[in-house]
Amino acid sequence: MALTLDAEARLIRDQAVTFFEERSPVRALRALRDAGDPDGFSRALWREMAELGWAGFLVPEAHGGTEAGALGLGLVLEAAGRTLAPTPLLSTALIGASALVLGGNPAQRAAQLPAIAAGTRLVALALEEGTHHDPARTGATARRSGNGWRLDGTKSFVPDGGAADLIIAVVRTEDGLGLFLVPADAPGVTRERRRMVDGRNAAAIRFEGVSLPAGARLEGGGPGLLDAVLDRARIGQAAEMLGATGAAFDRTLQYLKDRRQFGVPIGSFQALKHRAARMFEAMELLRSTVLAALEAIDEGSPDLPRLASLAKAQAGEAFFLIGNEAIQMHGGIGMTDEHEIGFYLKRARVAQATFGDSAYHRDRYAALSGF
Amino acid sequence: MAALESFRRETRAWLEANCPPLMRTPMPDDEVVWGGRNPVFKHPEQKVWLERMAARGWTAPGWSRAWGGGGLSPGECDVLAEEMAALGCRAPLYSFGLSMLGPVLLEYGTEAQRREHLPPIVRGEIRWCQGYSEPGAGSDLAGLQTRAVRDGETFVVNGHKIWTSYAHYADWVFALVRTDPRAKKHEGISFLLIDMASPGVRAQPIRLISGYSVFCETFLEDVRVPAGNLVGEPNRGWTIAKRLLEHERKSQGSFSDRHKARGEVPLPLLAKRHLGETAEGRIADPVLRDRIAAYAMRDHAFQLTRRRLAEERAATGSPGPASALIKLVATELNQTRLELMLSSAGTAALGWEGEGFGADELRLTRDWLRSKANTIEGGTSEVQLNIIAKRVLGLPD
Ligand SMILES: Cc1cc2nc3c(=O)[nH]c(=O)nc-3n(C[C@H](O)[C@H](O)[C@H](O)COP(=O)(O)OP(=O)(O)OC[C@H]3O[C@@H](n4cnc5c(N)ncnc54)[C@H](O)[C@@H]3O)c2cc1C
Repeated sequence: MALTLDAEARLIRDQAVTFFEERSPVRALRALRDAGDPDGFSRALWREMAELGWAGFLVPEAHGGTEAGALGLGLVLEAAGRTLAPTPLLSTALIGASALVLGGNPAQRAAQLPAIAAGTRLVALALEEGTHHDPARTGATARRSGNGWRLDGTKSFVPDGGAADLIIAVVRTEDGLGLFLVPADAPGVTRERRRMVDGRNAAAIRFEGVSLPAGARLEGGGPGLLDAVLDRARIGQAAEMLGATGAAFDRTLQYLKDRRQFGVPIGSFQALKHRAARMFEAMELLRSTVLAALEAIDEGSPDLPRLASLAKAQAGEAFFLIGNEAIQMHGGIGMTDEHEIGFYLKRARVAQATFGDSAYHRDRYAALSGF
Repeated sequence: MAALESFRRETRAWLEANCPPLMRTPMPDDEVVWGGRNPVFKHPEQKVWLERMAARGWTAPGWSRAWGGGGLSPGECDVLAEEMAALGCRAPLYSFGLSMLGPVLLEYGTEAQRREHLPPIVRGEIRWCQGYSEPGAGSDLAGLQTRAVRDGETFVVNGHKIWTSYAHYADWVFALVRTDPRAKKHEGISFLLIDMASPGVRAQPIRLISGYSVFCETFLEDVRVPAGNLVGEPNRGWTIAKRLLEHERKSQGSFSDRHKARGEVPLPLLAKRHLGETAEGRIADPVLRDRIAAYAMRDHAFQLTRRRLAEERAATGSPGPASALIKLVATELNQTRLELMLSSAGTAALGWEGEGFGADELRLTRDWLRSKANTIEGGTSEVQLNIIAKRVLGLPD
């Protein structure tokens, strides 16, 4: 495993960076927010991304994907993070595709994966019920009913849940937690929009006696399926955070060179220089953990769970540090809605809480390490 | 790839046949082999191991065979390191000649200097020390005042160095001296090699807070040094001095994992031993557990980063300003680890000497104190932050 990018990976990254800079700069997010867009992202842009093959990075070629791998998808997510581009990449291309590839039977895969790869079907993972990431406390249930299942429960925070065509619901069954494919328009499913502080959308979803066929459950992947899907989600989220954190850092570094006070650039003050060096340190550590975690997915490494927690925790800490320092070092202008730096701080908070914050992942890493 | 695999097989077979069993056990600090004119071997196996490795040039595996090195490619060097780690082989030799001076002579030395100095470094026959710091020139190293005045075919050196690690055991010193007192401070410095056996050199050990004496005050009084011992151009020594510091910082990257080679009790185990564990096998104290996890994760992230930066710089060969980051993080990690070891061990790690404490516990206390130097020696953490801000981030002066 190499932690440096080869020529092919660099090509993917460069293409994605240019794409998001041109097609979805931060002002695109602002426009969606100000318009109160019901999806919270641009469907037209998503079609373009699907045409580039990004929706099918994890989908086998037999189902219309490119199978280019998690590293490539991670690099696209990083590029999307740089401009805070709101996209279904994480919820659909990474989480949705992973759940079906790892847990789907041939019929489920054939029914879902081609549409995912084509970008015509949006997916959301309905997991969280309380205010904190805690899969073990799932209360929603699936009970056997006739030949099929009956789903009940409430999900409080489902990223991209409002726009999804297909919901993957995490619910308790008689034999542990299970993942179920629920069409978003199934009777008994109600969705309420939640506008998040970072300008994106989540949904609160209620399942009330939703009846599903016997084949609705993802049976593959064994009891570890949820963890395997979540670890991919955490790593993808960390990759997006790497991009956002890096952009916030770059913008702040540039401001330190441009802004003058006392007749000199503020970046000449040692108090700020040392803090900038600490931000650089956090960035470098984050980049290594994200690359190692992405490659662990592609290689099927047994250390994947620990690397997922490592990357997500490091991403949370680095984004927290740099998101806050970015505001402080911009001074008053950083507090204005007009300036874009504040968008990064807002994304930092939402991203940290998604799929477990740093404290959650420190505890998990310790448990996985035997202490 | 196939060539590397056959190299791996041969290397493993050679190590298995030639590394004495005792040299495959963890190495306590007082069994590190430093070589030199008067080498200390606590066990005969240490000498055998050093000689066998040196004969293959594997104490300096990446150096050319012309200088006694192993002539291995970077990929082969990695394989050797991996195979040594897999068998638990000790490093046969620790040496400032290998980690600091050698790379600089390879880049800046003359043919004659390389021929004279590199092979004895490979064989561990000459022990080097670093004569940089002075009482008035620490972080502001370029403010150094030790003078070297040309007199025919020799330099006459007068000055006072301090914090010279292991000068009382060293055979030679690589020193920074001022050769042009009228030039700007960075432009009048030269890099000079001095035999510690020369008349006028005196090294006096200084005791540290840990009770160890690892460094000295070094006095130079009318020391006569052949002019051929000047490395690079006269008055251009600052460039060489900085390059050597990059190599030093890179080698300090291993501060954070030297304890593993020593076979020390792992931190989580120590915490469980003293504070108990839950039914699920977790450290009972949740606060300490969280701090240990934070440390372990930072260490993991650091190991990945060190590897990534090494891969990225493999093409250029020189460690570059990224070595400042490696040094900064590695030294803080070592300090954090020892603070957490002390917190875990409680009063068991508060002894100084004598009855009632195990040898491991006494060593832990001393190591904790010794680690406080990590963020000072080789350039303080504040200096590393300055370097990152200026040379990596391009922030203005
Ligand atoms: C165990 C040990 C071994 C050593 N071995 C050697 C050796 O073998 N050879 C050798 O030549 N030297 C050696 N040194 C010396 C070491 O390199 C110096 O101690 C170090 O460079 C700091 O210099 P100083 O002690 O004069 O501290 P000072 O430079 O006086 O620093 C005091 C404090 O001021 C801060 N400071 C100074 N300048 C700045 C600045 N510009 N910006 C912000 N903060 C600043 C420092 O970070 C530090 O916190 C060793 C030191 C130790 C502790």
